[in-house]
Amino acid sequence: MGEERSAASVRAVEIGVALVVFLFGAVVMFDSFRVGARWGEDGPQPGYFPFYVGLLICVASVTIFVLALRDSSLADKSFVSRESLKKILTVLVPTAVYVALIKYLGFYVASTLYIAYFMWQLGNYPWLKIVPVAVGVSVVFFLVFETWFQVPLPKGPLEAALGLN
Amino acid sequence: MEEINALMQGFGVALSPFNLMLMFVGVVLGIVIGVLPGLGGANGVAILLPLTFSMAQQPGGTTSAIILLSCIYWGALFGGAITSILFNIPGEPWSVATTFDGHPMAQQGRAGNALTAAFTSSFVGALIAVIMITFLSPVVAGFALRFGPPEFFSVYLLTFCAFVGMAGGNAAKTIASMMIGFALAAVGLDSVTGTLRLTFGTTVLLKGFDFLIAVIGLFGIGEILETLEEGLAFKGAQARMNAKVVVETWKELPRYWATSLRSAAVGCFMGIVPGGATPASFMSYGLARRFSKDGKDFGSGKIEGVVAPETAAHAAGTSALLPMITLGVPGSPTAAVLLGGLLIWGLQPGPLLFVEKPEFVWGLIASMYLGNIVGLIVVLTCVPLLAAILRIPFSIIAPVIIVICAIGAYTVHNSMFDVYLMVVFGVIGYAFKKLRYPLAPLVLALVLGDRAEENFRNAIKGSQGDLLVFFSNTLVGSLTGFALVLLFWPLINAGWRAVARKR
Repeated sequence: MGEERSAASVRAVEIGVALVVFLFGAVVMFDSFRVGARWGEDGPQPGYFPFYVGLLICVASVTIFVLALRDSSLADKSFVSRESLKKILTVLVPTAVYVALIKYLGFYVASTLYIAYFMWQLGNYPWLKIVPVAVGVSVVFFLVFETWFQVPLPKGPLEAALGLN
Repeated sequence: MEEINALMQGFGVALSPFNLMLMFVGVVLGIVIGVLPGLGGANGVAILLPLTFSMAQQPGGTTSAIILLSCIYWGALFGGAITSILFNIPGEPWSVATTFDGHPMAQQGRAGNALTAAFTSSFVGALIAVIMITFLSPVVAGFALRFGPPEFFSVYLLTFCAFVGMAGGNAAKTIASMMIGFALAAVGLDSVTGTLRLTFGTTVLLKGFDFLIAVIGLFGIGEILETLEEGLAFKGAQARMNAKVVVETWKELPRYWATSLRSAAVGCFMGIVPGGATPASFMSYGLARRFSKDGKDFGSGKIEGVVAPETAAHAAGTSALLPMITLGVPGSPTAAVLLGGLLIWGLQPGPLLFVEKPEFVWGLIASMYLGNIVGLIVVLTCVPLLAAILRIPFSIIAPVIIVICAIGAYTVHNSMFDVYLMVVFGVIGYAFKKLRYPLAPLVLALVLGDRAEENFRNAIKGSQGDLLVFFSNTLVGSLTGFALVLLFWPLINAGWRAVARKR
């Protein structure tokens, strides 16, 4: 095993995150200023408290930014290796697809597909094992939430076809 | 002995068969949650909180609900030790110090002894902390009854300043993380003026950000991503637990009574300060190494090195509930989630709780005694079973946990938007964890944001905008002063050392 290649240095990510945090703080300040961040007739205006919160976010992020720029040792440190980033994306992307699918397929069908994908992609399981585990877990969840706790979760066309709504 | 009487009534509440069953269920669930990657005390309680909504509406139901949730917390604390010792993976930051001597013991085939020592000292630490809560909390609550808005705000200030000054690490990151929490808490309808803040014309943001979603995403999804990077395989030591090992360890433990007491004292004290459990466990490990006669062998598998951090961590984790029930200020992320639960059930945490809902408070305190006894029995008997859970391959357990997180996020408000938010929070949690932005201040600020702002507004409304109201009398002045000392503690400490060196 050779040296793992880095996808991004700690410094780059540190600076990037500081910029995003700064932007967030600026948005908070801007919107607080819009609704009024000063002293009103009968007390502080609604933006008074959040305005200073936004200000502190900006000050903190500038500090982090400057500290990261000055610390040259961070430039050599790897934030995430390419291999790890690939691994994380193979989980993160399907997770995003999964939560998007829930709306159309319902919780249980989407979850079954998601677990199956995970076992196939990361575990290299044969389908003979994947199908019973994925379906079994969803059935258990269905029993626990719909019958035991009586908490209805979003359902899709399959549940409608089976008359389980 | 008013407290004893009140406590006995509390036992009356907690000892009902239904509550005992909940205690057992909570502890078992908590241990499983503590053992699984991606599920810890904070997000485990967050996921299960929506399921208690209907329970809390029945008479006496809030007490049952808090018993269930707090027992999950105890269980999760116990469960953390299992992963630390057997797998060298600390489930929570405060179990890190347990791995130093716990894992070497497991590698030498003494996992059973290490686990018994860990569980027993956890129990001792928790017990001492609960005894302290029993006698100290009515005093603190009585004292806090005199608090007005300025005092409450300065208590919040104290909490947040403690994070900045005591937690170590980069103070700017602590402040950034905390203020992001406050900003997220401000999103939505402003309760005082009815103005919409930070919604940018969207309807989904009207309700604001729910801290439960943030907790599930930040801690749950974030941790799964982190685990994924570190490698999928758990390589664990085998644990043989039987009555003989337990008795053998118990015979050895009384020898370390001094370490136990010292660690419990450190834990109780640090636990009241927010974020105190982690420094408490490290501090008492360090102290034990210094005072023990075979301190130089620490790190090679000494039972005393397991006793010290576990006692302190559990004492701290338990005493974190003292400021939560008396002042409405949680000392840890899990305590913050519990506090959020009280608010959702319609209870006002704080000194009035002792006056208005004594059966709730004392039922909770009594359940702390019983829950820890139940916990000790369960962990001592079920370790092989629990270790087996950890041997379920990651590629099966990870998607199941993410599905559980998604269900938990959805059930908070029956909203799909929350599930999308959870994924976003997960990515933020991953990036923040890797860059060492602390997550606990964000969660605490998100939970306390509205209350802190309300008290701040009322306080300066009363003083016509004069910020000196936070120094207007001895009580609030000393609270604010103490907060400022904590905030600048690293600077004060450095200055002190510089002066001392010159002499």
